[in-house]
Amino acid sequence: MMDDLLSDFIAETRETLEAIAGEIVAWEAAPGDRSRLDSIFRFVHTVKGSCGFLDLPRLERLSHAAEDVLADVRDDRRKPDARLVTAVLAIIDRISELTEAIDSGHALPDGDDHILIAALSEAEVSVAEESPATAIAVPANRGVARSIRLPVDLLDRMMAGVSDMVLARNELSRKLREVGIQSGIEVAFERLSLCIAEMRDSITRTRMARIEHLFTALPRLVRDISSELGKQVTLRIDGGDVELDREMIEMIRDPLTHIVRNAIDHGIERPEDRLLAGKPAIGTLDVCARQVGNHILIEILDDGRGIDADRLVRKAIDNDVITEEAASRLGWDAKLQLIFSPGLSTAQSVTAISGRGVGMDVVRANVEKIGGTVEVESVPGRGVHLTMRVPMTLTIIPALTVSCGGQHFAIPRSAIDEIVRVGGDAVRPAKLGGADVVFIRGVRLPVVALANVIGADDGGDHLHMVVLKLSGGNRYALAVDAVHDHEELVVKPAAPIIMACGIYGGTTLPDNSRPMLLLDIAAIAERAGVDWKTGGRDLADDNVEALVEPHDPILLFRDLDGTERAIPLALVERIEDCFAGAISERAGRVRLVHEGRMIPLLSCGVPITAPKVRVLRMNDGTAEIAYAIDTVIDIAPVEVALHRAATPGLVAGVMLVEDRPVEMLDSFWMFAEVAQAETPVECKPLCLLADDDAWTRKVLAPLVEAAGYRVAFDDSGAAPDLVIAGDAATGELSAPTLRLRMTSEPVDASDPSLWRYDRPALLAELQRHRTRRNAA
Amino acid sequence: MMTDLYLIVEIDGQKAVLPASCIESVVEMGEVTPVPCAPRHVLGLFALRSRVMTVIDTRAALGADVRPGGRAVQAVIVTMGDHLYGFVVDHVDDVVPIDGAPAPARALLSPGWAAMSAGILEHDGMPMIVLDVDALISGKPTALAA
Repeated sequence: MMDDLLSDFIAETRETLEAIAGEIVAWEAAPGDRSRLDSIFRFVHTVKGSCGFLDLPRLERLSHAAEDVLADVRDDRRKPDARLVTAVLAIIDRISELTEAIDSGHALPDGDDHILIAALSEAEVSVAEESPATAIAVPANRGVARSIRLPVDLLDRMMAGVSDMVLARNELSRKLREVGIQSGIEVAFERLSLCIAEMRDSITRTRMARIEHLFTALPRLVRDISSELGKQVTLRIDGGDVELDREMIEMIRDPLTHIVRNAIDHGIERPEDRLLAGKPAIGTLDVCARQVGNHILIEILDDGRGIDADRLVRKAIDNDVITEEAASRLGWDAKLQLIFSPGLSTAQSVTAISGRGVGMDVVRANVEKIGGTVEVESVPGRGVHLTMRVPMTLTIIPALTVSCGGQHFAIPRSAIDEIVRVGGDAVRPAKLGGADVVFIRGVRLPVVALANVIGADDGGDHLHMVVLKLSGGNRYALAVDAVHDHEELVVKPAAPIIMACGIYGGTTLPDNSRPMLLLDIAAIAERAGVDWKTGGRDLADDNVEALVEPHDPILLFRDLDGTERAIPLALVERIEDCFAGAISERAGRVRLVHEGRMIPLLSCGVPITAPKVRVLRMNDGTAEIAYAIDTVIDIAPVEVALHRAATPGLVAGVMLVEDRPVEMLDSFWMFAEVAQAETPVECKPLCLLADDDAWTRKVLAPLVEAAGYRVAFDDSGAAPDLVIAGDAATGELSAPTLRLRMTSEPVDASDPSLWRYDRPALLAELQRHRTRRNAA
Repeated sequence: MMTDLYLIVEIDGQKAVLPASCIESVVEMGEVTPVPCAPRHVLGLFALRSRVMTVIDTRAALGADVRPGGRAVQAVIVTMGDHLYGFVVDHVDDVVPIDGAPAPARALLSPGWAAMSAGILEHDGMPMIVLDVDALISGKPTALAA
């Protein structure tokens, strides 16, 4: 009898503690909030009452002391300052520890209960305490629903029972099909099926809990971390009423905690740094949950400094996670993905909060383990947006069955991007450095043959592929022998010895009663050695682009430096041989004298030494250019998947032509390059450099010219569009004037002049005036 | 004196006993779903009363030749840590009460048997090797210190 009472007390206290954690922090932020104070008071009061009855003297002493103080606050005999709140929190923490200790049967050393109690007393109250570091917006209390308390393992047993019922029904269905069923039985069987399905739904719902259970701990967590780090954070929580599987809630508790810690520790800056960056001193952390189909999205947004992707890349290179060469090809998103690489942390130093070792890689691994994904977006200086996507329930998942080596396997639907069949132009297999790849609508993906992974005979056809999407955005194609059905499967964890194989996520029993293995697609990618870092990376969207329309032929040629390059054939007007004597270099530009005209000649940069040179003549409709080459190789009708070069330049990117890397010339860049240089001098704006001295002529003038201006050193000629003068110069000037000063610091705030070596500001001004002139 | 129930089985021509306390039943098994990449002694998966059972080939675990597959075989069903296992044995004999606790083996067992045994018991004047269920499942000796 006593034991029952005690376990009820423990369960109740534990639950109230969880619910009250947010209230306490909210009360600290708004000590005047009477309703928060009341609920905390009720809690300690209840604990005190129960303790007396159950004979738990330590708990009684603690709760009694807290109750007294809170009663004083309620009666306005004391002001709830930060110190008092901290002391009450300490008491509540101790109550929580003691409760757990009673439950586990371990004794908790008596220790410093009296110190905690003493901390409550008024004498201890010091005058100056910093203002509360955290403000919490906690939704108002909701009404209590009619409910009963059930042990979770009973629910688990019920769920297991229903799962077994589904399987038994499947088996019966198969047996009925074998013997050939009569219509009467069929109707009865259908009814049974319906009942089981409904029952399964409602039992599944009993396992559901509001995600609030997870969120209630956050206010306290945020308060503790931010005050420890001297940061100020407002936590905003939304979507606490979203429901998901209790077990799932437990599984995402650690990843969520870690992400929140990271956001405050590495993301949100100190108040002074925030003010310097022009942000409010108090950072904002948003945590919200919503349901999308069978998934729950949990988003964590902070407005901190964001992820420094370049520093991430440098670290990755230092730690040999990625080669420098591969890093140079990564786009912004791809760089951000490096945060999920093992052993990387963006913070300069290891801190007590985020610690070392547990990185985002672990977070992602844990979320993937339960069939979820984690994605990250970040704008430097603006913050980080992390999205965790997890299935609503662990037990029943929609899956696709495939076969390989004569055996069926299941793949979680959530991981599948698309199912393709090799053939035609849209899905083309190829070899790249000995590895299998496939081009799907021009996007290259690494191929993993399931047969190789499971050690079955690999026919090598790879006709059927399932494109799988890992969290983090990486994709790969899994080659299988055949693709079968979509099924809803009851997935159970496999025995440890089978999980230890490292490629399975669990077992399931489909309708045919033959056990089937669920593939762990992330582990398979890892085992197959899909190397995302060095070229195997999914080169989709931003860094692959079909510059050439499908079947638009390209001209392959050997360039002067021996490299194989290509250009869309449609751009090439003629291929001609010219004498080297016809090439002249004037004003830094190489030109080809041809048929009485001067045609700008571009080349890859290797000097032309042969007496004759072959040129490609191109025309964009208004301008004509020539490009010097060695020999023409071929005209190839290829559909190109171009891997964009990191920086704009002569070469737009690299593509594969018959398994050879070929550089594609950037015709846009070439024409733009020529067009800029060829702008007639008269059209350029005129800049008057008022101070005719050596510095102006030798240092300033070239800069101004490079920015697209003509320069003059006296105002005898045409009216200038812009005047640049030293700060010593005086007098009325007719045109807009840019003043340069000798010192880097302005004289006062109203000083509009620029430091003469502030190159970015100078160039920006030059650009602005030129644009303004053109617009006029 | 302590008396426990044991099941006598025959593996690779050798009689041995399994503690009856962990045994659920003995069944005839049909075709097993293989588990690629699993250790050699894991024969595969089998559905038993709508539950997925992991089938262990005791001969392979003991380092003997793997049984030729195909025909229905007898399996001893054991539950360990929420999971169901089936030990495929050559022959299931009988459940017998045996007195006393297993004693360390004095005879030199073959390495396979030594790794999978939890001691020796006397039954009708015959020494019987007590099989270590955990070791059979993992394919490795349970604890080297014991």
